[in-house]
Order: sequence, then structure tokens, then C-alpha cells
Amino acid sequence: MRHFFRAALAVARKDWQIELRTRYALNAMLLFAVVTAVLVSFRLGPLGLSRDRQAATTLAVLLWVAIFFAALNGLSRTFVREEEMRTAALLRLTTPPLAVYLGKLLINLLLLVALELLVTLLFVALMNARIAQPGLFALTLSLGGLGLAVATTIIAALVAKADGKSALFTVLAFPLLLPLLIVAVETTEVALAGSGWAQAAPGLRLLAAYTLAELAASLLLFERTWES
Amino acid sequence: MLRLADWLMIQCPVMNVTGSQTLRLTWHNLAKHYGARPVWQHLEGELSHGEVLVVSGPNGAGKSTLLRLLCGLETADAGSIIYEWRGQRWTPTQMRPFIGVVAPDIAVYRELTALENVHFFATARGQSVSSEQLHTQLAQVGLLERAHDQVAAFSSGMVLRLKYAVALIQQPTVLLLDEPTAMFDAAGRTLVEHIITAQRQRGITVIATNDARELAWGDLLLKAGSA
Repeated sequence: MRHFFRAALAVARKDWQIELRTRYALNAMLLFAVVTAVLVSFRLGPLGLSRDRQAATTLAVLLWVAIFFAALNGLSRTFVREEEMRTAALLRLTTPPLAVYLGKLLINLLLLVALELLVTLLFVALMNARIAQPGLFALTLSLGGLGLAVATTIIAALVAKADGKSALFTVLAFPLLLPLLIVAVETTEVALAGSGWAQAAPGLRLLAAYTLAELAASLLLFERTWES
Repeated sequence: MLRLADWLMIQCPVMNVTGSQTLRLTWHNLAKHYGARPVWQHLEGELSHGEVLVVSGPNGAGKSTLLRLLCGLETADAGSIIYEWRGQRWTPTQMRPFIGVVAPDIAVYRELTALENVHFFATARGQSVSSEQLHTQLAQVGLLERAHDQVAAFSSGMVLRLKYAVALIQQPTVLLLDEPTAMFDAAGRTLVEHIITAQRQRGITVIATNDARELAWGDLLLKAGSA
């Protein structure tokens, strides 16, 4: 089992080394996140200063829209690059399939954490977003981010060998992630407005359950997807 | 499907197999089609430990396809491929951790250095390799001085040398070579000849080539597309 996790870590480390040298995902996500936050702040101003409940809703929606689309831009290439650069065959020959999935998931998660931190900082700086309950906010972002990473990783594997990869990725990601995003937005809104943990509890449970279901389905599906 | 347990067997020492002479590869009634076009039909064959098979034939005759079938990167439409080794029967997919492949359509990571590539693929297989082993392997294929250079800066011949390093670091029981010297000069061809000679001690070699000089490396010759 130790060798299995070493293989998964090796995949993640290899992808991180490549990402640091090419900066494909980092640049794509950074650009999208900054452009979105700047545009939104110009048009809507310091939304966080408003006492209107609607302002928290708007901020939560915009935050997740920025995270979602930046993630789609950056994370979709994780398997596509392996196929396009013809390195997938050697990876298939050498690495246990689940270790490949876990390694890719780990690197996507790492990138997503960086993205969420950046988007949050931009929203706080440019829109004066006030987070009434930082703990709840962080937990919501963590669970939502994990769900997003799990889903984007398996979808990236599914579309890697298909024609029209980008369009297919979005088409598959939208229905799969819509329930997760709706719950994540609602729970983030609670955290921003400071409505209390009790009100956020159903949302948090749903986020955790959805993410676990996604992870279980991904682990079951991945080997067949990867080998086909 | 390959079970996790099969992959974890990589931890077993490959070189010191007491029953290594019992390694036998057989393929029976093998058939492969691409769409409606048949590539192989009713193909039968057998290879034993120490033997070298050369597959030759015109472009599109299925030489590379046979190699991909033997390592489980593709599946046959009919028939079976079985490795008999260590008293067990292994499918090509189960045998993968013990197979080294060098082929034009199998690439290494251009963004990594030569050393990082060999280290990554060894670790991904579950091997624990020392820095000394990595450097020795790169020296064997003549890449020691370029160990810390990114593969993107390599010539096609150097990339091919690196593919050999990646395939050989695990001391493979089965070595599959597709166009083994296509990018090599005379020194490169000599290197491959030595590798094939050494592989006779470890197990089986299958070479897909049309180069007349390489046909002589085989004990057995399979002519593709000549039925």
C-alpha cells in the first residue's frame, strides 16, 4: 500500500513540476480570477459595505462563478495534456490507475486551494467583502473546492480522448456541478451574512455527501475510463 | 481489469527469479481489427525465456499493434495472450509492471529533465531507486552529462536513449522495442545490440522493425502482412 501512495505522490509531484515550468493552469486561473474580480468590482463597487441581504447573495454567487470558471479553464487539461503529448501510454504502463487518479486529484486540489485563496483575497480587497463567519466560510470553500476538484478530475479523464474536448468538458461539468454550486453558494451566503452554523448545517452536510458520492463514483469509474 | 495487488507485486525482485527459465509467452488465435480492416487473424505463436522475436512487414501490417497487444495497451478482438511465469498465468495487463517498452508513439515528459523522467517512472512503478542507480542507468545509455537538462532540448536520438533508460531502470522481464534504432547513429545501434544481448538473460524481447540489419538480432522472425 505504501508503494501505491508513493506512486500517487509521484504523479502529483511530477504534475506540479511541470505546472511550475509551463504555468498553464496557474496562468489561466490567475487571469480569469483577476479579470472577473476587477470587472465585477468596477461595476458593482464595494458590495461588501452594503447592509442589504441581497449583497451577500450577489457576492456569494460572483465568488463561486469566478472559482467555477477559473477552475474549468485551468483544471481541464490535466489528462488532455497526457494524451496530446503522448505520455499517457507510458503512464498507463507504469502506474496503477487509481494512483494516477489520486495524483491528478491531489494536484487539482492544490491548484484549487490556491485559486480559492486568490479569489477570496481579491473579493475582500476589491469589493470590501466582509466574512461574518470565517470558519464557516473556510469550511464551505474547502468542501465545495474538494467537490469541484473531484468532479473536474474525473471529467477531464473522460474527455481526454474525445474530439472537441473543451466544449465537452463544459457540457459534462455544468449538470454535474450545478447542484454542488447551488448548495455552495447558499452556504457561502450564510457565512458572509453571519446567519449562524445551524442554518448552514444542512448545506454543509449536503456538500460533504455530494463530494463523497462523487469521489466514490470516480474511483469506481476511473480505471475503465483510463484503460478504454 | 488490473487489480491493485498485481501492481503491488512490483516490489518482488525481478532479477532473482529462481524459475525465470519458465517464462513463456504464448498467443493463440489472435485477431485484431481497426474498423472493418483486419490487422491480425488467427495468429499463433510462442516465445520462451531468452528468445528474441523480430516482427517485420510493410507499414500498416500490424507490427506496432502486436507490441501494443503484448503489453496490454490494446486488447485483441479475439484470442488470448498469456505469460506463464513464476508458476502463474498472467494477462498482458497484469504483466505490465514487468514490461519495458520503447516505441515512437510512447513519449516521455519534455518539461522534465532526463533524471526526473527516469526517477518519476521508477517511483510510479513502485521501485525504490537510489541516485546512484539513476545515474548508472543514464550513463549506460550515454546521457549522464545531460542528466539535468530538460528533454525539450534533446535531439530525437537522445530522447530515444532516454526511453531506453526509462524502460531498463526496472530490469524488465519482457522488452518490447518498436523501431528500436530509428533515430540512432552507429553507436546507438551498438548500444541497442548490447541491450538485447543482456535482455536474453532477463527474459523475452520482441522487436518490430523493417531494418535489414536488425532482422539478424532475432531468433525467430514473424512476417506481418504476408498471409
